[in-house]
Amino acid sequence: MSETRIVPPQPKAGSLSSENERVVASPANVSAVRRYLSERGNSAAADRWFHYLMLLCALSIFGIVALIATELVIGSELSWHRLGFHFFFSSYLDPYTSMRLFWDPVNEHFSALPFVYGTLVSSFLALLIAVPLAVGVAVFLTEMCPGALRAPLAFMTELLAAIPSIIYGLWAVFVLVPLLRDYVNPLLIRAFGWTGLFESDNPTGLGFVAAAVILAIMILPIISSLTREVMMAVPHSQREAVLALGATRWEMIRMGVLRNARIGIVGAIILGLGRALGETMAVTMVIGNTPEIHRSLLSNGASMAAVIANEYAEATTDLHRSALTEIGLALFVVTILVNALARLLVWAVTRGAPQRAH
Amino acid sequence: MVKQKTSAQTRIRAVTDHAVTGLAIAATVLVIAPLVAIFVYLILRGASSLNLDFFTKIPKPVGEKGGGMANAIVGSGILLAVASAIGVPIGIGGGIFLAEFGRGTRLANSIRFTADVLNGVPSIVMGVAAYALIVSPHISFLPMLGHFSALSGGVALGIMMIPTVCRTTEEMLLMVPHAIREAALGLGVPNWRSVLSITVKTASPGIITGCMLAFARVAGETAPLIFTALGNSFWSTSLNEPIAALPLQIYVYAISPYDEWHRLAWAGALVLIVLIVLAVSLVRYVTSRGVLKGAS
Repeated sequence: MSETRIVPPQPKAGSLSSENERVVASPANVSAVRRYLSERGNSAAADRWFHYLMLLCALSIFGIVALIATELVIGSELSWHRLGFHFFFSSYLDPYTSMRLFWDPVNEHFSALPFVYGTLVSSFLALLIAVPLAVGVAVFLTEMCPGALRAPLAFMTELLAAIPSIIYGLWAVFVLVPLLRDYVNPLLIRAFGWTGLFESDNPTGLGFVAAAVILAIMILPIISSLTREVMMAVPHSQREAVLALGATRWEMIRMGVLRNARIGIVGAIILGLGRALGETMAVTMVIGNTPEIHRSLLSNGASMAAVIANEYAEATTDLHRSALTEIGLALFVVTILVNALARLLVWAVTRGAPQRAH
Repeated sequence: MVKQKTSAQTRIRAVTDHAVTGLAIAATVLVIAPLVAIFVYLILRGASSLNLDFFTKIPKPVGEKGGGMANAIVGSGILLAVASAIGVPIGIGGGIFLAEFGRGTRLANSIRFTADVLNGVPSIVMGVAAYALIVSPHISFLPMLGHFSALSGGVALGIMMIPTVCRTTEEMLLMVPHAIREAALGLGVPNWRSVLSITVKTASPGIITGCMLAFARVAGETAPLIFTALGNSFWSTSLNEPIAALPLQIYVYAISPYDEWHRLAWAGALVLIVLIVLAVSLVRYVTSRGVLKGAS
């Protein structure tokens, strides 16, 4: 940033009053310019008020974060006192069926373990699918794509980010889940059934795999657009230097671009993770919503955001609502941390880089 | 011998290069495919179930044919109006502060960072916070609050608009050439007047598109409305009562077991996506027209 800061000509309070005094002292020979200037003195106050008003608007962003945090802490106090830290780990055995249970609002047994598990598994699975694709798209768009195709393709990936999650959910329920159930899941079971990760005991097609695929589609645009941004921030001279040594295009991308942009790409991936952790509607519609923990990725599960969406409006006891608020608080803290980390990483890379002329 | 080895290596390098190019193209195709699939399904399933009733009737009970989502469309409009009334002025004000007053200061940097982080907070958490703040009966000190209402949904959506509007406003203001500001100040225009009538006015196409972007994003939000606006299958335009919203209605219909309701869900989704794509294309058009790329 080499721009010069303008300092607006703000008359100081002291000089202003002395000027006014002089005007008052000799009212006879007030020139038009002087009168105008003395009337303009009011604008100093107006400027100050305007400044404060804008500052207030800007500070409201801090206020919102603080407000959300306090509301969530107050709301989850009951659950914190009654359940403590065990909330995230405990489980109990049902005396009649001797099955391990986690979440039973009727008998006031609450444990967030299956939701934490579901959120983590579906998010990381989504990253596993989305990251290679997103980096591939970014590499194609910045380094390989013919100029005429670049703008429309970039627009299409951006459009993917603008589709609301409810529409992804609708599409997933009626198109993606039947597709997975009839074609993909049998393949997975046949190929990887021996690992125990894919078992054929769920005929619905819902579950972690379906949630991960729809999540991957949803977080792809943000990862690829940020990766594109950090790749474009790599100076041209780096590319030219590697090419001049006789590298092929891929070697140039690998050594000249990706290596320089890797911190920013990690930031983009973490930002995608943040999106995936908090994604609600589409996941709620396809994950199955059963608070259980299974080894199989094809079985039904639940996620933190999904359980809040499903039960919050219908929670009857205070403890139930408080437990759900505590899950919300955990989600809030985790996404704040993840986003802050990601922003710092992306910022560290793009900071000094000049915007490449389009 | 040595020469042979080099040529084999070169061949391998060339093959790797081609393979990677192929993989990158495949990845791009694979990413565009769901987008195309979603739009094709929306148009096929949605257009066949759109009719005039959809825009003029309220939902019919289960088992009866017909019915529409007129109340949900109006409800979404009311919710978005409340959200914009909260989000747009505060967001623009924050953006003006970041670009005009706080440039380069530590306070402005931390506000910018907080806005970016706030942007990543899941919408469901916003919903929980809005519930605790407005809907929860513990703090019903105002007559309008203390139960599910359109107002609480609007507040939740409005809060979500602030960081987006703030950041785009800032970016657009930063694009306004310094010479324009200097000209205004040189003529003796007070600073506040110069900011509002010169800088903001110059950047106004960009600021408006930023607002539309935030608007489009919030228009499709469902999660924070589930337990604030709650939804309503009848006409309601009161801010003090539960209100229907288009995304909420789509959600309810999509997870229902009735074919007739599925049909309506697809039609609603088509209407929603058409609105959003229109907004995004407008944004794209205005920002690419080059009005704002004068200098920096």
